[in-house]
Amino acid sequence: MASGGPADGVVIVGAGHGGFQVAASLRQNGFDGRVTLIGDEPHLPYQRPPLSKDYLDGKSGFDLLLMRPAAFFAEHRIELMSGRAVTAIDRTGKAVALAGGSRIAYDHLVLATGARNRVPPLPGVELDGVCYLRNLAETDALKERLAACRNAVVIGAGFIGLEFAAIARGKGVPVHIVELVERVMARVVCPETSAYFGREHQKTGVEFSFGARVERIAGEGGKVSYVVLDDGRRLPADLVLISIGVVPNEELAATAGLAVANGVVVDERLLTADPAISAIGDCASFPSRHSLRNPVRLEAVQNAADHARCVAARLVGKPHAYEALPWFWSEQGALRLQIAGLTTGFQQVVLRGEYEKGEYSAFCYAGDRLLGIESINKPADHAFARRLLAAGRRVTPIEAADPSFDLRAAATARG
Amino acid sequence: MPQVTYVSHDGERTTLDVPLGTSVMQAATLHGLDGIVAECGGSCMCATCHVYVQEDQLAKCPEMELGEDAMLDGTASPRRPNSRLSCQLVMVPEMDGLVVTMPETQT
Repeated sequence: MASGGPADGVVIVGAGHGGFQVAASLRQNGFDGRVTLIGDEPHLPYQRPPLSKDYLDGKSGFDLLLMRPAAFFAEHRIELMSGRAVTAIDRTGKAVALAGGSRIAYDHLVLATGARNRVPPLPGVELDGVCYLRNLAETDALKERLAACRNAVVIGAGFIGLEFAAIARGKGVPVHIVELVERVMARVVCPETSAYFGREHQKTGVEFSFGARVERIAGEGGKVSYVVLDDGRRLPADLVLISIGVVPNEELAATAGLAVANGVVVDERLLTADPAISAIGDCASFPSRHSLRNPVRLEAVQNAADHARCVAARLVGKPHAYEALPWFWSEQGALRLQIAGLTTGFQQVVLRGEYEKGEYSAFCYAGDRLLGIESINKPADHAFARRLLAAGRRVTPIEAADPSFDLRAAATARG
Repeated sequence: MPQVTYVSHDGERTTLDVPLGTSVMQAATLHGLDGIVAECGGSCMCATCHVYVQEDQLAKCPEMELGEDAMLDGTASPRRPNSRLSCQLVMVPEMDGLVVTMPETQT
């Protein structure tokens, strides 16, 4: 589809970071056809990362979360449909069906449906006081409850659980984190970084139960009052945050006959097997250049926004394979974690910097291949890590471990 | 109210009111300016709110912290002596009248 494309234009399902960015990038690239952006939340598109940080902490309001003001959508002729759920895709008729019965035709459909909270099959998850932290409504509910909280129990020691814990401790609320495996953020960082973060959170008073399984959430009068672990312990709680990850919203695609496997399956151009349907962001499983083209599904703003730009470029006739380097970040109290690259499957970790002081980077290797770099309170390393990895430059484990090795020079070298 | 003038890469000027305590980045995204991406939402994590501050006004801006200095090494457009991340330029009275130029690309 070239610029000035057919009248039915592009329909985007999902108005999060990815969906919004497709619409904005289409217009930036001069796309002249219709652009329809459908989101199931009743708000203007907003930024999610601050929800678990400054917004929950009360340091910033909703207006500062907005991607763009309302007028932006009108000025750029983006038909924003907020609070509307898409219920089906009619691939033959090239249209989506909305709850309530209406249909919207498309020339190209972009699925940016994101992911939803994983809900554990635990007795008691329905109790009042059981919270999540993914969208604005959940964060507002959590924030209100946190203000009056006496004991918080967090299930799952990932980014969200730890970011919440840091804010809750900042407000003086006792926090107990229950984690199935033996360390924090086990899915995303190396054991050394887990150990450092675990210790720092303990210093602020966070209690941990590692290798612990929740048996049930118990309550009185419909309200949560404690969490029962499988070793019989009872943890008092008037707030339980469930932060055990997300599952991709892939049902719309699956029902329409598109392949799904931990996300909507797309190729290196982010296209499904249907040439009129792309999928991006948290809901898409794609062959990343940075995972040796093995399929990955990433939950990250960078991924969603860069996917969006790639699809928008294709839709205006400038197709290219998706190659962007994945990066991630988390802010937990004073701790800043920045990750460049995909470190899954690392075999060796080389620490560079002052680990005990908490200013270091962890270079993660599989054999001699540098998979990614975790930087802890070390933003300069992260900036260089992104350059290095994006350019595919090699830094050997010996170089990484050598304090006299010039990372800046390696990252900024030409050619 | 203090004002900031944003100059796009092709020279278009937009002057916005920026309340005290609001960052130059926030004012731009709230107004819908195209030249500032601010992918991380203002956490000094992404280097996509890069601006060039008019040289003679650099001293009016808050001092650069280590994190910003580091992230500026990762900007998509070239870093110059007057480069700043606009999420770190939080409005104070002295910054009234600031002129910032947006780079060719942020990503």
